[in-house]
Amino acid sequence: MISLTPEIMLNTVAQIGKFVLLIAFIILGTEAILYLVLNRWLHSPRALAYMLLAPAFLGVLFLILYPFAFDIYLAFTNMSMKTAQNPSFGLRYGIRNFVNVFTSTVAHEASFWEVLLRTILWTAINVFFHVTGGMALALLLNRPMRLRGLYRTLLVFPWAIPTVIAAMALRNEFDYRYGMFNLILRNLGLSPLPWKQDPFWAFVSVVLSNIWLGIPFMMVIILGGLQSISQEFYEAAEIDGASNWQRFRHITLPLLRPVLTPAVILGTVWTFNRLEVIWLITGGGPQEKTDILVSSMYKAAFQFYRYGFAAAFALVIFAFLLIFAIVYIRVSGGLKGVYE
Amino acid sequence: MQKKSSPRWKRFFVRARGDSPFKRLLIHLALILACVIAVYPILRVFAISLRPGDRLLSTSLAIIPPDATLDNYREVLFGNPELKRPSDFFLWIWNSLTISLTTALIGVALASTAAYAFSRFKFPGRGVGLVFLLTTQFIPAAMLLLPLYIMLIRLRLINTYLGLIIAYSVGSVPFSIWLLKGYYDTIPPDLEEAAMIDGASRMGAFFRVVLPLSTPALAIAFLFNFMGSWSEYIVARVVLQNAKLYTWPLGIWTYAGQFTVAWGKFAAASILIAIPVMALFLYSSKWLISGLTLGGVKG
Repeated sequence: MISLTPEIMLNTVAQIGKFVLLIAFIILGTEAILYLVLNRWLHSPRALAYMLLAPAFLGVLFLILYPFAFDIYLAFTNMSMKTAQNPSFGLRYGIRNFVNVFTSTVAHEASFWEVLLRTILWTAINVFFHVTGGMALALLLNRPMRLRGLYRTLLVFPWAIPTVIAAMALRNEFDYRYGMFNLILRNLGLSPLPWKQDPFWAFVSVVLSNIWLGIPFMMVIILGGLQSISQEFYEAAEIDGASNWQRFRHITLPLLRPVLTPAVILGTVWTFNRLEVIWLITGGGPQEKTDILVSSMYKAAFQFYRYGFAAAFALVIFAFLLIFAIVYIRVSGGLKGVYE
Repeated sequence: MQKKSSPRWKRFFVRARGDSPFKRLLIHLALILACVIAVYPILRVFAISLRPGDRLLSTSLAIIPPDATLDNYREVLFGNPELKRPSDFFLWIWNSLTISLTTALIGVALASTAAYAFSRFKFPGRGVGLVFLLTTQFIPAAMLLLPLYIMLIRLRLINTYLGLIIAYSVGSVPFSIWLLKGYYDTIPPDLEEAAMIDGASRMGAFFRVVLPLSTPALAIAFLFNFMGSWSEYIVARVVLQNAKLYTWPLGIWTYAGQFTVAWGKFAAASILIAIPVMALFLYSSKWLISGLTLGGVKG
């Protein structure tokens, strides 16, 4: 228990100030060198473009490219808690790490294939309910009516509250005796459920929580899309005698596609990577039965200190995401503008 | 469609286009149910924050307990004088604020000029750069966390503000570039050309014309980066192990982790933090969404 004193505040400001000054100094130095070399010496017509890019490039180099290369290096070492100071580097360690990802346990108990299957289930169930739930609420809200603004604001609450707070609160609400869910079940005359102890119900508890957290985002995106659809289409369909379902199927869905496709793909990637909710609510337990790939990798690295193995595991997960990213870029045509 | 003479309650149901009153009633009921599901768990956090210490383990589902008290809030804000325990709530907020503000600032500063280069110039490496930026949106923070963690240990930056700022910038810099590039693309180049005809240099045109016009996008990028690091837990937990440096998510976990003892304090601290954050979010959500689609959908 430490209270905030002016001393601490001054100390922080000094630290941050030094850091920002250091960054500014490095950037200015780089810019000066670039200016002299590109502009004065080479007379390059693109000098300005490269000078504009330099600060971010340095950042990306240090923050992403170097760590990524370092991760590949780590994947080919036997680094662990014991060998953190002087890990051995070699092809055989790399092969062993990658073979281990697929054949041994990924964190402590669960196997890769089991966790992969659960990750796919987790992602599919979540995204399915996010989209259908969001769609249902958006369709209900997309009409002139009283209290519309109030409903919309209240429905966005699960997205607006910081996920950490929601997840920590829900963790306690799944308690067997005092948690909200079992209290409600008891009041309805049903028997309480072992949310924490039973692997199946533990998985249900994280999925329920994440569905609750994710619906508002889809609702807002879909509502925005619905509002951009002209009312005339529906009027024309009404004259032709189209049923409600036909109108939804042949007008709403096709016209929502440009909004829905990127939202679904982003949602899929976010859900795939969402270890925060699982980590805080079940911690992956009981017996790692609610872990997904990313949370297993996090455990392997920071709970079991299997650094070399976790680095290889991260590369395998990255490969999955990369395939997905390529499909996304193909489907959405997100790069059409890039090469023009 | 409606007559002025109809009573108030009736008009309530008669507003919408051709729907029957019964259907409208059903729609309202469905939305009310959805709102209850969305809000009740959050209200329960509020309910728990009001419970007196000896009644934390209650089996009641009521929102305002009969013997509501603000003791939990008092203890979170001012500590416990009987046990001579000061409050560390403000320390957590201070730590979170400095880290998030610096991260957001660095992200926007590094990105503002690079995004301009991507938007206006043609140079070798541009296509690769953009594909790279898009790909980084698919990389989970956890994936680069291990190599970063070992790098930070070797640089002696574990357990410092700087370590966490560096770890957060991994996501914020590429994201800000992508978002700002999308916005610069919507500003017509004619404006800069006009400024340049009037004698401004290319950089002068950028700083005096493009940047001021981009204030909304810069604000969105800043806000996004700020919100992203403000309530982050998974990375902070690895980088900060010293209680002096705890950000608020790590701090309230010290309450939430011990279920029975400090549930009330966890709830009170959560409510104190969630109210301003949610207000800011609801206020800015329109721009956040436009920013998302701007960065994510367009090329």
